[in-house]
Amino acid sequence: MKKTLHKPILAVGPFHPLQEEMEFFQLTVDGETVTDIDVRISYNHRGIEKLSETLQFDQIPFLVSRICGICSASHPLAYIQAVEEIAGVAVPERARYVRTIINELERIHSHLLWVGLGGHFIGYDTVFMWAWKYREPVLDLLEEITGNRNNYGNVRVGGCREDIPDEMVPKILKELDKVEKKTDMLTKAVLDDPVLHARLKGVGILSKNDAVSFAVTGPTARGSGVAIDVRRDDPYAAYGDLDWNVISQTEGDVFAKAVVRLLETFESIKMVREALKELPKGPIAVEVREIPPGEGCGHAEAPRGETFHYIRSDGGNRPTRHKVRAPSYVNVPSFKASCIGQHVADVTLTLAAVDPCYSCTERLAVVDGHSAVIHDYEALLQMSREKTARIKKEIGAPEFKLEDI
Amino acid sequence: MSEQLMNILFWVLVVPGTVVLGLVASWIVRKVSALVQWRVGPPLLQPAYDVMKLMGKEILVPQEAQRIVFLAAPLVGLVGVLLLSIMLWRITLSQTAFMGDIIVAIYLMVLPSLALILGSSGSGSPHAAVGTGREMKLVMAYELPLILAFVVVIIKAAGSVGPGGQLSLAAIAQQTPALSLSGMLAFLAALLCVQAKLGFVPFDIAEAETELGSGVLMEYSGALLAVWKLMQAVMLVALPLFLGMVFLGGFHATLPAPGHVPFFAAALLVLAGARLLANRSKLMDVLSLLVFIGLCIWVGLGKYVLIVVLLILIKNTNPRVRIDQAMRFFWVYCGGALAAAVVLASIGYWWDIRWL
Repeated sequence: MKKTLHKPILAVGPFHPLQEEMEFFQLTVDGETVTDIDVRISYNHRGIEKLSETLQFDQIPFLVSRICGICSASHPLAYIQAVEEIAGVAVPERARYVRTIINELERIHSHLLWVGLGGHFIGYDTVFMWAWKYREPVLDLLEEITGNRNNYGNVRVGGCREDIPDEMVPKILKELDKVEKKTDMLTKAVLDDPVLHARLKGVGILSKNDAVSFAVTGPTARGSGVAIDVRRDDPYAAYGDLDWNVISQTEGDVFAKAVVRLLETFESIKMVREALKELPKGPIAVEVREIPPGEGCGHAEAPRGETFHYIRSDGGNRPTRHKVRAPSYVNVPSFKASCIGQHVADVTLTLAAVDPCYSCTERLAVVDGHSAVIHDYEALLQMSREKTARIKKEIGAPEFKLEDI
Repeated sequence: MSEQLMNILFWVLVVPGTVVLGLVASWIVRKVSALVQWRVGPPLLQPAYDVMKLMGKEILVPQEAQRIVFLAAPLVGLVGVLLLSIMLWRITLSQTAFMGDIIVAIYLMVLPSLALILGSSGSGSPHAAVGTGREMKLVMAYELPLILAFVVVIIKAAGSVGPGGQLSLAAIAQQTPALSLSGMLAFLAALLCVQAKLGFVPFDIAEAETELGSGVLMEYSGALLAVWKLMQAVMLVALPLFLGMVFLGGFHATLPAPGHVPFFAAALLVLAGARLLANRSKLMDVLSLLVFIGLCIWVGLGKYVLIVVLLILIKNTNPRVRIDQAMRFFWVYCGGALAAAVVLASIGYWWDIRWL
């Protein structure tokens, strides 16, 4: 008998019905319990940052809006804010409000998308279909404003590309009422269903300490009691003028993340309403002729967390360096803290609960030949951390303390 | 002569007829689920197309598979469930029964799950292995409540069978246990057990598409997968029929009386017309479904429709539970409720209180 004892590995990926994108979670299982977990990502490297260095400043929004079809308002906005920081542009009032509205509409449809997907992951296809149906009108609104259901990229250096016509405002308000009613129904259905409680509560707990040490962002952090939100902590666009709350839950389980997302949808609806009411008159963009040499950072709260763009310009019409830090890339590794020791059924759900967007996680893996990965995920992460530490030391950055949060 | 002719017709038609009915039933499941979810749903022939397509595809047998078990399991499962449905049709149409056939039926009902366990564990895939473990636990979980539910029915039926009479399915089908308290409890629990047997949400734990990528069926392809699909389709006929027979007083399937034939033909015409126009308008699509269900009720299959609709409703209003939750549910909640039902039924039998 030539039988070797395999370590039973359950492969979630590279192609798996859990998520329709390329990811590879290797679950080492003992019966139904997951004892270890590893991930391989970046099966579809597109080289966005390198491409960006070949494009002109006003072309790049269209590129970065294609980093991810769902976050296609946040990425361009973060990029534009970096460029505007270099150029020192003061954006017109109306543009700031239009940016806010587009970003919040994006959050509404993204969170509803996740609720639907979350339903699908636990076999609740009715919720899947209903949530996606309720999400449709928001996409239609975005199409009417920007011309695209997704990949809207409605920003340009100095303002916005497309304005929200005043005669459209009543229509948006009307649709929002409908969306709010439907979301309310969905939220009640989730919060009251005992089977959903049994399935989601206490599952995949990410403790506050783990959330801080893995530096997760967005709803993943807010579900674990770390109430960080770029919109409040460093207001951009018109967020500083609006009245809204940061939603956070302390439990850290999948249920808390779902609750955070659902309640945030209501906050977003509230914000859009207020922004539409106070929408100032005036131009939506100022002319920007030149980008001076310099460096700029911009960040925005995407539906999945903070997205960060760094731009360096040498005074030409193309950036010399463009760095993107997308939210899922920092959220996904938290599975190390939340998944080990759980059931397979819970692990797949926990993996999906951070709303991983694989376009976010696209990184370079150095490969020799066809199979051997020289720098795998762990190694690249390690190198990235070392580099960050080195840079921090060089510029004399203060040590970051956990108690500050 | 005519009885002999009927007999021959029965044996010629029973297997293909059951398979066709099963495909139609699985269409109803998909269509109604689609309507609940605001989708359009598949055309009537879609399940048949699926099976035909799979029949023409290559069968891949994994290298590490136990070939004979892997290849034989789907056939064993299909044969088991077909045997069961032949028995049930026999009882429904000609009241032919034998002593202790309920025991045989219980055994035949386990066969598909056993075949699934054998086949998937023979495939040598880690996903299928996890699925196999889940299916095994699930079978252990729901068999106990299912048998307890039948015990309730047997106690209820014992009162009506005189000394020397046969306690067969035909005798059980003469009465309606679901109209009593214990019988209703038993019916509801058995309905959930059947949900698990069919592998519907919330008990599709062994297949669990988003976790195990269809787990137990993962390594099956081509004609073998088609046989599994057929088996599931036939189960969709046999299990509700069995439930209807045991709990709801059986079926009195008849062809329409001669005076009603024109109306029946008209309904069939409406059905055909609506199906033809189903692509054009949603109204026709839904109408055809309703006419179909109406026809089923007309020929005496109303209870069958009721059970299938209940199964579909449960399927579409619940998320998939975890295997340990399913086991706890079946043993603690269903088992507890059924133990109470057995006691109630015994009390009812002893003091002759029918509604207990």
